[in-house]
Amino acid sequence: MFQRLPDTATAADFTVEVDGTTCAARAGDTVAAVLLMAGDGPMRRSVVSGAPRAAYCMMGVCFECLVEVDGLPSQQGCLVQVRPGMRIKRQNGRPEIAP
Amino acid sequence: MTESFDLAVVGAGPAGLAAAIRSSALGLKTVVVDEQPAPGGQIYRAVEATSRSPRAAALGPDYLRGRELVERFRASGAHYQPSTQVWQIEPSWSLFASTAASTHVVSARHLLLAVGATERPVPFSGWTLPGVMTVGAAQIMLKTSFMVPKPPFWIAGQGPLVLLYATQLLDAGIRPDGLLLTTPKGAIGRALGHVGGALSGWRYLRKGLAMMRRLKRSGVPILSDVEGIEAIGGERLERVSYRRAGVTQNVAASTLLVHEGVVPSTHMSLALGAAHDWDDATLCMKPRLDDWGKASLPGLSIAGDCGGIGGAEAAAVQGEIAAIGAAQALDKLDDAAAQRDALPLRKALAAHLAIRPFLDAIYRPRAAIRTPDDNVIVCRCEERTAKDVRDAVASGCIGPAQVKSFTRAGMGPCQGRQCALTLTELIASARGVSPAEAGYLRIRPPLKPVTIGELAALDEASAKEPA
Amino acid sequence: MKSADVIVIGGGVVGTAIAYGLVSRAAKVIVLDGGDGDLRASRVNFGLVWVQTKGLGFPPYQAWSRRSADLWPALEADLADRTGISPQLEQKGGVVYCLDDHEMEERRTTLLRMHNQMEAGTYEARMIDRRELEGLMPGVPFGPEVVGASFSPHDGACDPLSLLRALHAGIAAKGGSIRPGETVQELKRDGTGFVIVTAKGTYHAARIVIAAGHGSVALAKQVGIHAPLVPERGQILVTERLAPMSLLAASGVRQTRDGTILIGVTNDSVGFNIDASAGAAARLAHRATRILPALRMARLVRTWAGLRVLTPDKAPLYAQSDTHPGAFCVNCHSGVTLAAVHSQDIAEAVLKGALPESVAPFHPRRFKEAGHVPEAA
Repeated sequence: MFQRLPDTATAADFTVEVDGTTCAARAGDTVAAVLLMAGDGPMRRSVVSGAPRAAYCMMGVCFECLVEVDGLPSQQGCLVQVRPGMRIKRQNGRPEIAP
Repeated sequence: MTESFDLAVVGAGPAGLAAAIRSSALGLKTVVVDEQPAPGGQIYRAVEATSRSPRAAALGPDYLRGRELVERFRASGAHYQPSTQVWQIEPSWSLFASTAASTHVVSARHLLLAVGATERPVPFSGWTLPGVMTVGAAQIMLKTSFMVPKPPFWIAGQGPLVLLYATQLLDAGIRPDGLLLTTPKGAIGRALGHVGGALSGWRYLRKGLAMMRRLKRSGVPILSDVEGIEAIGGERLERVSYRRAGVTQNVAASTLLVHEGVVPSTHMSLALGAAHDWDDATLCMKPRLDDWGKASLPGLSIAGDCGGIGGAEAAAVQGEIAAIGAAQALDKLDDAAAQRDALPLRKALAAHLAIRPFLDAIYRPRAAIRTPDDNVIVCRCEERTAKDVRDAVASGCIGPAQVKSFTRAGMGPCQGRQCALTLTELIASARGVSPAEAGYLRIRPPLKPVTIGELAALDEASAKEPA
Repeated sequence: MKSADVIVIGGGVVGTAIAYGLVSRAAKVIVLDGGDGDLRASRVNFGLVWVQTKGLGFPPYQAWSRRSADLWPALEADLADRTGISPQLEQKGGVVYCLDDHEMEERRTTLLRMHNQMEAGTYEARMIDRRELEGLMPGVPFGPEVVGASFSPHDGACDPLSLLRALHAGIAAKGGSIRPGETVQELKRDGTGFVIVTAKGTYHAARIVIAAGHGSVALAKQVGIHAPLVPERGQILVTERLAPMSLLAASGVRQTRDGTILIGVTNDSVGFNIDASAGAAARLAHRATRILPALRMARLVRTWAGLRVLTPDKAPLYAQSDTHPGAFCVNCHSGVTLAAVHSQDIAEAVLKGALPESVAPFHPRRFKEAGHVPEAA
């Protein structure tokens, strides 16, 4: 859905893992931004009906960009800064907390 | 452990930063708490990092001016807690603030809310599809990550932010596939009553007109008087449909950016129980404030867009006025000195706000956005439609609290941020009363969803603290 | 002026359960409900259909609660059938968790007292150890401190908001009328019954039922009934929707059908204050994570507090006026549990004009009798 403008790097580029796939990221990106760059599809499926959803506001007020980050469910991706090697997982429906 | 301050400022946008600079200069021990990792709020988001890039010029001089404000804040001596979310505030005042999944308490004698604005929710058929986002969201992507939408993408809506973002894209060498402007024909007639203000705010007007001219010259298709926007797709956005002069068209799009203005972020002020009024000129809730920015509760001030939309420059001035008011309330400044210091600020504020009534009138959102059709989802979190709300009213729910109980609208994680305004207008329209009479959703903590574990740890920590 | 056979003042779960029972018996009923911002205890409730902790030292309350729990499945079926709205009753039993040997002992003693005070075999709660608890809720990762619980097969839960919606729809479906935004301004007797005036209209009925929560105190006084109700704040936490775990109903932690987990409930005497406090939220969260450590990762979406409608001994209040015949007053904090008997026994009694012997012990005169201050279990 989104792409990076060329010649804009002011900080380090590195990679993170999204559902097991390696994806490009840069210091200063949020998890939601990286997901928008990584693919066009849904970021999650709604906990009510399973409908496809993705980031809407990018400022923490819509709660659409909920993802699992390093094992912690329902993080607002637009408020989490990426770090090298971060493991991001899309959430399909209601998170499991019991193993 | 609780640290105590004279003044706690929530929000590190222009209002909060300017307030902290002034309050520190007046000798108040000040802390600024903000959920972003760097100062600037939304309007100057990531300005410290971004201004170092060779591409920074694409974001325009107004944005880059924010850097100077941030530098003065860094030098002010005010304490700063970034990446921190305030999830509850108890009188007077204990702020429960979460940083790195751990809650600490910030205590202050005076509280200033400077939490800015959010986009007005724009409900229409298909707005929950992946690929539909706000213009503000796209601008944040540009500022923090230099990311732009992939083609084909369209922008739909109205307001200064639409023109600004589209211009920033052009400066970055990117062209949207089209611009759908939703200002109705004849809007200028509605706004003529405020033309005096527009003329005294001529600098703003000139900027807006210049942006419009650039866009027209750029060759980007611009369609005006557009209504009936719909997003069409299965797993994601595929097409955008719109209606113009009675004719419906649709275009291919993978991203649709929408914007119908911004509204004050009132969640925190409502949760505190401060008095608010429905403002019909701007179709939103505004806290009741005096000319020091003091709200209806003692020890509480509000500044910037969260008290009423005025823009970044007005916000900075309001922040300073509120800081002076707080200093006076805390007896660090006598009344005469406070009045004297505030005088030039008040003049500047009036000048910055002169254009607002004109803009509010021209860019008033259409009824179809505020009271959408039956099949449109109005509560995104719980997937409730306008029909669900209308049915609840028909079955006897007279206000948002009962509609919420009966439909679950407003019960999801966003806690009404995306639906409360629409709920109020739908209930008012269905009942045939004013939005003021219909009432507004009751906002409760937590203001952000903390984990049960973080709450549990708070209990353990306070159990260990000496009584 | 609008007339009815019965006017019910209060559109919460108590008033509407009685009204539903009345319209089901072909009575013409008007329910007068207050404003959107009123206290509305029915909106802030945990949703338990609960028997095992009711009426320690007050045997009729235990018997009454048990009777209602036994009648609840019929209420569920009737409402679901008539309105298409299910209150989502689940009555597979309920537990009170014990987090150490001391709690186990205390609970065991209480159960023994309950057994002793009730007719033999009528109180069916029992203590279970951890192994049996795990057997009842397979796969649930209880914390190490959970040593056991008390279990009662008659306990369960429903969705209180669905119950309220179903009752409202059921009343309307049978020709009853629920009028919102009609706080009672004036209540007086005329020759044939009562006249009630609100800001929007005037109403007349031979019988009235005051079921207005804390608003009942002032109204009851006008018909010569003393209703000593006190507010007690209860705070509840609700998490985001989570994948289902096979949790049984419990008074501290339970999972709704939508997947949200409810954690409750505090008991604070703070007057009419309904602020939700961070300290109370933290306390509730702490105990919940001792029961279920996996909850630590769950996000709190909202917390709210409401005011229980409590009598001095916590048991319900049923009264009919001696000075104003035809006026009834019904108050309790367990309106969900008692919805079944309210829609049956109480509705029947209102139509007959006399409360049954089974509820005589709940008359408010009991608060004036010396030395009678029963506890709740």
